[in-house]
Amino acid sequence: MATPMQDSEVRSRLLALLTEIAPDIDPATIDPRRQLRDQVDFDSMDRLHFAVAISEAFHLDIPEQDYPQLGTLQSACEYVQGRSGGR
Amino acid sequence: MQIDFRLPSLGADMESATLAQWLKQPGEAVRRGEAIAVVETQKGLIDVECFEDGTVTALDVAPGAKVAVGAVLARLSVAGTAAAAVASAPQPPPQAPPAVVAATPATPGAPREAAGTGGLTRISPAARRRAQELGVSLEVLAQQAAGGVLHIEDVERLAARAQAPAEDARSAMRAVIGSAMARAKREIPHYYLGLTVDFGPAREWLARQNATLPIQERLIEGVLLTKAVALAAARIEGFNGYFREGRFERVAPVHVGSAIALRGGGLVAPALLDADRKDLKTLMREFSDLVRRVRAGRMRSSEFTAATITVTSLGEEGVETLYPIIHAPQVAIVGAGRIAEQAWAQAGAVVVRPLLHLTLAADHRVTDGRSGSRFLQAIAALLADPEKL
Repeated sequence: MATPMQDSEVRSRLLALLTEIAPDIDPATIDPRRQLRDQVDFDSMDRLHFAVAISEAFHLDIPEQDYPQLGTLQSACEYVQGRSGGR
Repeated sequence: MQIDFRLPSLGADMESATLAQWLKQPGEAVRRGEAIAVVETQKGLIDVECFEDGTVTALDVAPGAKVAVGAVLARLSVAGTAAAAVASAPQPPPQAPPAVVAATPATPGAPREAAGTGGLTRISPAARRRAQELGVSLEVLAQQAAGGVLHIEDVERLAARAQAPAEDARSAMRAVIGSAMARAKREIPHYYLGLTVDFGPAREWLARQNATLPIQERLIEGVLLTKAVALAAARIEGFNGYFREGRFERVAPVHVGSAIALRGGGLVAPALLDADRKDLKTLMREFSDLVRRVRAGRMRSSEFTAATITVTSLGEEGVETLYPIIHAPQVAIVGAGRIAEQAWAQAGAVVVRPLLHLTLAADHRVTDGRSGSRFLQAIAALLADPEKL
């Protein structure tokens, strides 16, 4: 990517992905620094769906050992920016 | 040949559902397994599938109407000889036997839940005005009342309920779970067994597999467990099937109900069909699809009626051990606690391993501890040798 994406842009795209895979989540209530597992009962399948959605939306190959870095909205945001910017 | 398309029971304690939408119109062809209607239940929206090939000739219920289990939703014209149609029409699908309620449609709740839009609803003039003030559709009110006279209080009650749907759905779900579990506890003589399993081999095998797979095809631990339970249930008699009318009915296909927690509270346990005969990749794809549809509130009727055994897991953040309650008319449920690193004795040394506490709740009318023990050990043996899954 030519210019690194803005934090707010990445975050809003991640929120959109989140509500796509789990329409029963109210995005307005998401605390970006809390584990999704704790605040919206993300289970292992939700976590995988989120990783797949991020991988497809941002064209990233995400190895399994990186999943923990997608645990909060904030950490996922940093992960995507780090990986996208590093190219 | 005309046949009735009726609302199936989609759970042991379902008495009625609200018709949300017709997916077919009179004159349209339907195929076996195709959804005809969407109904709203306490478990969310469910696609009600047809079990015959044919053509829709009439729709008997309007969207918004509350319908009792067993009531006629639509009429179909089906192909084939009259004799064949007569023989097959009243039959449920071979792999989806009706749940217990279907056999006893005269439930205590039935009288106030009139089937379909049978009765005419009268709305008092004051109630009509109040409905307009509150912006409540008279049509919806009439359908919810399903007969009888609507007064101003009814309008206000219904309007209030429409404003607090989430709270209402939660307490309705809790009530459904409560009565299903109370019945299971009352009627099924449960026995419980537990076994600790070293999940290391399964976890290591999974990590190796996933490292080579594109992210869309990676597997999760729950799929290995589902497959192991399905294979064990196919091999060891007495855990796959139904207890109905005083006896155990063994079922050949293994449809594993998978308990999935709902974020609003409560849970559903739709089935993964023929889990013993599908490879892990297929099971994973179907499980993934199931969770997506549960999250979106969109399930299929066959998934609710089909499970022959259930697996329930509290996930990574849960406790070590759970003691589940059997979903009648099934006769067994396998519980999986959190997989956590713990001390484990192995070859004379204490090592740290990821341990899984497996529990079995089974029906003493069908099996006893000895076969239950063999069943749990069969699951453990499969998890120890994941190549065979």
